[in-house]
Amino acid sequence: MENQILQIIYLIASVTFIAGLKFLGNPATARKGNLMAAFGMVIAIFGTIFLYTTETGAHLHNLGFIFAALAVGTIVGWIVAKKVQMTAMPEMVSLFNGMGGACAMLISVIEFKHLSEADLSLVEPAHLLIIVLGLIIGSVSFAGSIIAWGKLSGNVKDKSLGMQQVINIGLLLVILVLTGVMIFGNGAYTAELFYAVFALSLLYGILFVLPIGGADMPVVISLLNSFTGVAAACGGFLYDNKVMLVGGILVGSAGTLLTIVMCKAMNRSLLNVLIGNFGGNANAEGGAPSNFEGSIKEVTASDAAILMKYAKKVIIVPGYGLAVAQAQHIVHDLELLLEAEGIDVKYAIHPVAGRMPGHMNVLLAESNVSYDKLIEMEEVNPEFATTDVVLVVGANDVVNPAAKTDPTSPIYGMPILDVENAVNVIVNKRSMKAGYAGIENELFYKPKTSMLFGDAKKALTQLVSEIKALG
Amino acid sequence: MLTFITQHIEMFYLIILMIFVGIELIGHVPSVLHTPLMSGANAIHGVVIIGSIIVMGQAEHIASLILGFLAVVLGTLNVVGGFVVTDRMLEMFKKKK
Repeated sequence: MENQILQIIYLIASVTFIAGLKFLGNPATARKGNLMAAFGMVIAIFGTIFLYTTETGAHLHNLGFIFAALAVGTIVGWIVAKKVQMTAMPEMVSLFNGMGGACAMLISVIEFKHLSEADLSLVEPAHLLIIVLGLIIGSVSFAGSIIAWGKLSGNVKDKSLGMQQVINIGLLLVILVLTGVMIFGNGAYTAELFYAVFALSLLYGILFVLPIGGADMPVVISLLNSFTGVAAACGGFLYDNKVMLVGGILVGSAGTLLTIVMCKAMNRSLLNVLIGNFGGNANAEGGAPSNFEGSIKEVTASDAAILMKYAKKVIIVPGYGLAVAQAQHIVHDLELLLEAEGIDVKYAIHPVAGRMPGHMNVLLAESNVSYDKLIEMEEVNPEFATTDVVLVVGANDVVNPAAKTDPTSPIYGMPILDVENAVNVIVNKRSMKAGYAGIENELFYKPKTSMLFGDAKKALTQLVSEIKALG
Repeated sequence: MLTFITQHIEMFYLIILMIFVGIELIGHVPSVLHTPLMSGANAIHGVVIIGSIIVMGQAEHIASLILGFLAVVLGTLNVVGGFVVTDRMLEMFKKKK
């Protein structure tokens, strides 16, 4: 009876996951979808705690410890998730993803210990295979997510060991061979092989993410996200638990597709991201030796203010620099001020502006910028020709004309915002440092471009007060 | 191997179906929602916590108990953190004047 109720609960939870994910795909229903999936998760968790019975009909014990662990996780998770800055969202998602991977990994370790206390030779190969798969995928996801988190938060630098791809593929092969020997071999050294695979999988996770450039981290996080989904599904298989299987595979498949869609937005293939070393080796830290004709023209805030005040149409192009400087509120002030002057103001949102697709939308929405002012790339590109002033705030690679003109450029082929079609381009940047992809930007050297150096928040604040001063 | 597959044939059907459902669900989502969607999916795979609860509830030895405790904590972090972060992102989409 209890078990039957639990099965019904699992069924309901599975439906909330599917419907929740569906609702998440539409701006109007997204929040409801998230809450729905959360509700399904809560009933599945409490259903399991109170109603789960083993084959012998025994209930779960250690309930005190389980509740203690739930309490610790909930309190810490809640506080961290509530406190994190909007700019740090991408790395937060990565960190939580790593926790899920680690959870799957530990389940496999405990399950293996449990089996090896009995007799390993009695275990069905397929059963062992699932445990090991959960271990490998969970470990890779855990280690990889932690590295991705470190990279986005600036604690881990891009590194390549040289021959990195050869090492990675070799390592992967070793893991697969060891797994094969463990499962289909004569049963000797099973435990040793298991822990070797465990250690190598963690190492692989680190080496897999380490050489990938920071600009590609969102794609990697999305990929690791789907890995964790598959690892969770392995657990579902292990316990014949359908809600784990549904949730895991759903995320695994949706996550994989999302990864591919993100790659498409940057006009790159997944393979290219994984082995391309995009931005990894480039000279991202160095200064900017100019290879272009023309020179940099600097503009003062008061000149920029005049330019903007007497414009008819202004388009703002936000980038990661806006997020870093927390300038989303002041940019909204600027927008209101210009609109009060009767100027048409819009935001041009590149699909990969910031560190994640949708990053800018989230950030600008935080400061009450109206949703319909954020125009996506395809729609806004024809508008630049009729625009008087484009203000680029902390964006670089997404407005780099090299993506169109220079076949040797690493970002060649990526669709960009055609800001150079506007009459005037004002670029706010902290310095002449290259963008995340580590490449030069010819746009800055064009005659119609002027540079407004400084931290985005400070520069915009100055700009706003100068415009006000003009009366 | 064959007996294993036929024994779990229902699960295999479920896997195939869910792969297609997942693809269908994400198919036509505007890029503005990619980040919240990824975050929401991230929270959903926190369902792995169910496995850790089952393991923990049957743990007999201190080592399994400690590892299980850790697994449940990590799983909870994934679930709670994932859903709360997603909600915060989406909350901002709604806040319009």
